[in-house]
Amino acid sequence: MSEIPNEMKYAATHEWARLEEDGTVTVGISDHAQQALGDVVYVEMPEIGLTISEGEEAGVVESVKAASDIYAPVRGEVIEVNPKLDDAPETVNEDPYGEGWFFKIQPSDLADLDELLDAESYAEVCDAEDH
Amino acid sequence: MTEKTPLYDSHLAAGGRMVDFAGWIMPVNYGSQIEEHTAVRTDAGMFDVSHMTIIDINGPDAEDFLRSIIANDVASLLVNQALYSALLNEAGGILDDLIVYRLDDGFRCVVNASTRQKVLDWFALHAYADMTFAHKPQIMIAIQGPKAIQRLSAVTAILLLDELKPFYAMPHDDWLIGRTGYTGEDGVEVMLPVEQGIRLWQQLRDAGVAPAGLGARDTLRLEAGLNLYGQDMDETTSPLVSNIGWTVAWNPPERNFIGRAAIEAQRGNAEEKLVGLVLEDKGILRHDQKVITNAGDGVITSGTYSPSLEYSIGLARVPKGATGECQVDIRGKLKKARLVKPPFVRKGKDLVSKS
Repeated sequence: MSEIPNEMKYAATHEWARLEEDGTVTVGISDHAQQALGDVVYVEMPEIGLTISEGEEAGVVESVKAASDIYAPVRGEVIEVNPKLDDAPETVNEDPYGEGWFFKIQPSDLADLDELLDAESYAEVCDAEDH
Repeated sequence: MTEKTPLYDSHLAAGGRMVDFAGWIMPVNYGSQIEEHTAVRTDAGMFDVSHMTIIDINGPDAEDFLRSIIANDVASLLVNQALYSALLNEAGGILDDLIVYRLDDGFRCVVNASTRQKVLDWFALHAYADMTFAHKPQIMIAIQGPKAIQRLSAVTAILLLDELKPFYAMPHDDWLIGRTGYTGEDGVEVMLPVEQGIRLWQQLRDAGVAPAGLGARDTLRLEAGLNLYGQDMDETTSPLVSNIGWTVAWNPPERNFIGRAAIEAQRGNAEEKLVGLVLEDKGILRHDQKVITNAGDGVITSGTYSPSLEYSIGLARVPKGATGECQVDIRGKLKKARLVKPPFVRKGKDLVSKS
């Protein structure tokens, strides 16, 4: 069973988004997603400064077995990417909700977060995929 | 319909993450594919390969049949010796790759799971009068790694396993133990009756042999430069453009196996070749990506992250004259790569170290 913390919002495509105190949104992939991918060996990040729409492709995460797209869960500008993942992509497996974050967005409209799934609804998405 | 091997419950008990593979529900990993890969390179791991098809061919015509239908020649085999070969269609395309053992009383072929029905149909179509095919359910376990033989000897008390030469087999009661594999490491593949197979799997687990899934099987075989049927070669490619020209027995010239005329015409002037590829930039090579070489464009047939080398490697079909530095189109970005001669890793050793 995968871990789904309550303080995040989720996209059905398995990204999580967390609103920080400074008004930025941190994005990563869920525990369910990292388990399904297996050992992560490469992460391709968006360019800093890129303006992105929700649902738009923002990067790629590659495990040994396959490549998967990462989609932006909210609109805004990419202001930071996690430098640690370049040399230690396995951090995504080890700590998907902490050290394994992907990038931060300065959101153009915080209301986008309300469109995302809460932990309970996201758990249903994962259950449906498992069965 | 998905089929289960007799070891299905053993996989679940070991935490296997099960996936559909060629109509079979098989473990892709038991947690970490990289750890399973490393266990095989440094110690011992085991794979359930019971989904592969074992076909016994017996009778006075069995040898002539095999000499007419596969590109390698079984006439040269001693009893208990095995060879690797391709099964060709009339156009010289590869219908399957297989291992053939000469046994005391006939031959045993081991063919891929994904091609089972196709091969059985092809065999039936070209069968000779005085021979029989038998396909009995067995368990097949590949035990691979530098300590594979030691571990198997310890749990079975079978003597002289370490004296078995590569590509030779040893019958033992109802078992057949072949010193073969698909990993580039030492090891054996054991074919045995179902109940005994389930017990052997458990004994090996208790002895510390790591169960390894299809994921590790793929990274190990790719590092060893071994082709995967359906990906690196298929009915549209001949052995000569698939880096397995060495498996074609051209002598004696009068042995007219199916596909011979077609590949004879290609001999010495094939326009393409299958080579190894090492990615020098960051990223991961994948099946179907375009390769831009000094002699024209090619395509990646298999690509992966190599857990042993810690960078990405692949196999690619490229124009005959291609060598050295090249580029790969990964999602629209051109990345630096280099053509090399496979294998990449054998017996734990890096054979292609980056410049």
